Amino acid sequence: MSATNVVPQQQFERETYLNKVYGMWSWLLTTDHKRIALLYLISITFFFFIGGFFALLIRLELLTPAGDLVQADTYNKLFTQHGMVMVFFFLIPSIPAVLGNFLVPMMIGAKDLAFPRINLLSWYLYIIGGVIMLHCMMTGGVDTGWTFYVPFSTNYTNTKFVEAGIAIFIAGFSSILTGLNFVVTIHRMRAPGMTWSRLPLFIWAHYATSIIQLLGTPVIAITIVLVACERALHLGIFDPRLGGDPLLFQHLFWFYSHPAVYIMILPSMGVVTEIIPCFSRKRIFGYSFVAFSSIAIAVFGFLVWAHHMFVAGMSVYAGLVFSFLSYAVAVPSAIKVFNWTATLYKGSIHYDAPMLYAFGFLGLFTIGGLTGLFLAALGINVHVTDTYFVVAHFHYIMVGGAVMGYLGGIHFWWPKISGKLYPEGWARLAALIVFLGFNLTFFPQFVLGYMGMPRRYWDYSHMPEFQVLNVLSTAGATVLGVGYLLPMIYLLWSMRYGKPASDNPWNAAGLEWKTSSPPPTDNFKEEPVVTWEAYNYEELDAPPQALEVPVG
Amino acid sequence: MGLHHEEEQHPELLHHFAEPEQQRNAASLGMWVFLGTEIMFFGGMFCAYLLYRHWYFGDFGAASKSIDATLGAANTAVLICSSLTVVLAVWAAQTARRALLLAMLCVTMLFGLAFLGIKGYEYYQKFEEHHVPGPSFSFENVPVPGHPGEYANPRHAQIYFSLYFLMTGIHALHMIVGLGIFSWLLLMAWGGRFTPAYHTPVEIGGLYWHFVDIIWIFLFPLLYLIDRHP
Ligand code: HEM
Ligand SMILES: [Cu+2]
Repeated sequence: MSATNVVPQQQFERETYLNKVYGMWSWLLTTDHKRIALLYLISITFFFFIGGFFALLIRLELLTPAGDLVQADTYNKLFTQHGMVMVFFFLIPSIPAVLGNFLVPMMIGAKDLAFPRINLLSWYLYIIGGVIMLHCMMTGGVDTGWTFYVPFSTNYTNTKFVEAGIAIFIAGFSSILTGLNFVVTIHRMRAPGMTWSRLPLFIWAHYATSIIQLLGTPVIAITIVLVACERALHLGIFDPRLGGDPLLFQHLFWFYSHPAVYIMILPSMGVVTEIIPCFSRKRIFGYSFVAFSSIAIAVFGFLVWAHHMFVAGMSVYAGLVFSFLSYAVAVPSAIKVFNWTATLYKGSIHYDAPMLYAFGFLGLFTIGGLTGLFLAALGINVHVTDTYFVVAHFHYIMVGGAVMGYLGGIHFWWPKISGKLYPEGWARLAALIVFLGFNLTFFPQFVLGYMGMPRRYWDYSHMPEFQVLNVLSTAGATVLGVGYLLPMIYLLWSMRYGKPASDNPWNAAGLEWKTSSPPPTDNFKEEPVVTWEAYNYEELDAPPQALEVPVG
Repeated sequence: MGLHHEEEQHPELLHHFAEPEQQRNAASLGMWVFLGTEIMFFGGMFCAYLLYRHWYFGDFGAASKSIDATLGAANTAVLICSSLTVVLAVWAAQTARRALLLAMLCVTMLFGLAFLGIKGYEYYQKFEEHHVPGPSFSFENVPVPGHPGEYANPRHAQIYFSLYFLMTGIHALHMIVGLGIFSWLLLMAWGGRFTPAYHTPVEIGGLYWHFVDIIWIFLFPLLYLIDRHP
């Protein structure tokens, strides 16, 4: 089923959300969720390349053991800004704000999100936060690490921490507003017949993500306020010399930031859950298990934060409890992996680009998740804390998992978003390059970390034997960079030169494929009424006579 | 679904909703969810409060005693009354009593201003007494309640006052936002925008106001009444 399903060029241009009105203001003041999704797409791509630029400099510095390209201070800023940009300005908004914004209303048969103006406001907040972050980085930057631990961030750093904090604070509210819109939309805007058990699992995943955004993000917001006050006034809330407790900061920080990793991965799981049934031509295996495992992740994800603090001076008893709970939170993730695998079993599998990305996701997420279990074991954790093992673990999940899913989703829904087909051959090539480049970059880091290379150091000249693996990693990063640039180029190219897409080029289930590509502003010509279950691929593919109702 | 017919009847119906009922439910669910996020926002401060109150109970008791509980109690009464007037405002909107609606919105705002005034006076007192955290903070020789001969540790008291100012300050900020919302409601009510069929803004504005009141109901005993005996 390669994407050759082409419709003849229409003589008259149909009215779509893209061509209904023109001009800059029609975009900057739009309340159409599909246009806001595109605004987000452009802005997060911009920040992705900024974050990527810092990553490139980090990898270049580590090419040689000596600290020759940049000095320690600059290196600290590089990894801090890389982390802050990638986490808060790329990965957290990535799938929800782009694909979620575009698809949530369409998948449930609504005309828009419940609060279109709040949706636009969320994009503006994101942009304001982003501009402040850019300003901060261009006028000196910040070196606290994305985790901005006290007392370094409150008492010692002389870089622009408060400005970065304000940027993250504001961007956080954009994330809260997106989550709020999704929850209300999913509760109140479903089309007739679209019951909870008929919802696409993408929607369940976004519902779970929204819960985390709503309950977690305010906590990081107040944490930033407390850190900023402490830094400005030396209140003592986090300062042990004044009676405060620095561990309190870490608890508050990770209370958000562990669940936040699920803000990044759950939507990606949702994307993969749409792609795999479509390209296996099978109903998803265990619908309700996949749905409720998303909710379970959102709930249990809030109970494991202190596994980031095993060596920070917590009691051993607390360590044991959080270790156990961290094992528990891996169960719902594993349930999903088993269900995806079972869906593939005896499916008629098509290796189109979105599916290649989904396969990449499966493998890399599994490795990332399993090494998470290593880290959740107290003994191993002590050995590899703050080494490249941790770095490799979270990159397997956040880059190997979340970004793979994001790219897969962008390809899968590109015909719907743009109305054009992307070049399939190039896309498969890019998926392959990303997969190989990714593994070449990050697999050596597991080994490095296990050998004892600490993270956040610019110089390893006392351990020159680390160089070979670091060179491999830097080489891999170059390949990965090419893999990310390619889609950028051919997707832009396809907007002008791509073949026009039919309404449903993948012959996929789901309401979003039942409207035209690209959709009209109101999404559907008439309000859809749903009478079928999600992922009814067997029905879709059944030979037509089987569907005929005997008359008589 | 006869959309067009209904749209004509309800000028306030936004285009992406099928019927006014759906729009109302969405708005009120939206406010409830938002208030959930607010609980988490304050939750971070309550968490810090609980930790340090547990660690430094005596110092917190001493610091709490230095605050004028009568003013705090007066403010509690003011806010409880304002919640009543908010309920009356919603009822007035539901039953098309425009004059009562306008009056209740005004009275609510007056209560809100009174609250801020009393709060401001309290802050002024604290400022005079050098109880504002920072370089000029001083809390020497204040006895720990119930422990004769023991004096509060000024550093631990400073943590109490930091939390006091942060929690009541952010609460007051919410009050100011509430006053903004109510001014806007007042303008809409003045223009006769609310009818028994459409008064969602009054309802969800009221929800917000009640929430700010409830936060205070927690702040008052936690901050003013630590270890107080007659
Ligand atoms: C299978 C479930 C998972 C388990 C049991 C797990 C466990 C852990 C543990 C114990 C650590 C702390 C290592 C240390 O600092 O010593 C850690 C770090 C980390 N994990 Fe996971 N993890 C899991 C899933 C995820 C997911 C889904 C993501 C992201 C989408 C993620 C992202 C991260 C990040 C970003 C860090 C490092 C934070 C930092 O120190 O900067 N993890 N993980
Ligand atoms: Cu974690």
